[in-house]
Amino acid sequence: MKVKVLYFASVREKLGRDAEEIELPAGVATVAGLRSHLSARGGAWADALAESRLLRAAVNQDMSKPAAAIKAGDEVAFFPPVTGG
Amino acid sequence: MKISIQKEDFDLGTETRAISGNPKIGAVATFTGLVRDVAMTLEHYPGMTERAIGKIVDEAKSRWQVMDCTVIHRYGALEPNEQIVLVAVASAHRGDAFAACEFIMDYLKTQAPFWKKEQGTEGPRWVEAKASDDKAAERWK
Repeated sequence: MKVKVLYFASVREKLGRDAEEIELPAGVATVAGLRSHLSARGGAWADALAESRLLRAAVNQDMSKPAAAIKAGDEVAFFPPVTGG
Repeated sequence: MKISIQKEDFDLGTETRAISGNPKIGAVATFTGLVRDVAMTLEHYPGMTERAIGKIVDEAKSRWQVMDCTVIHRYGALEPNEQIVLVAVASAHRGDAFAACEFIMDYLKTQAPFWKKEQGTEGPRWVEAKASDDKAAERWK
């Protein structure tokens, strides 16, 4: 299935990109699964998305937990904890 | 209700008057956040930002009597002492207006997708989220 992935703030800078469309292999069906899948690319990806980093995620523009399900056509975003206000 | 994510500055008086028209309104509580100390750039997640703030305002309306409400948050490059954020809540009485205003601000700090990058003396750096902001939001649960 295909999903759109967005990156913001320090994650975007580390990866040098702000968005991509990717085809997910079977078995990747949660936010945590997608994060591991991307992290496995190595290099900047392993660094920016390392498990030790405190990151937040959103699915279709709603804050979502690592166990949240993702389905074809979803927009998934990874970013650091927010600092507005 | 008005939610605006904008580059431009805003005028507190204009915004306050805009939500004060109903004669049943007896209180308008406002909070204005300013850039402290150093210049910064604010990034946000267009679409999600408006949606997240809309959900926070809906939650406030379910808890207190909110007769009208305006939330303005700026993004882009901001200099020290510039206004960043405005939350204005109109209600019949001050208790609801104060509480809803503080609640919206506390939740915005932890739920609205904004990120500050400060222009420090040693170069730009991303501001880290504060545990005290999580605590401030948690006390409303």
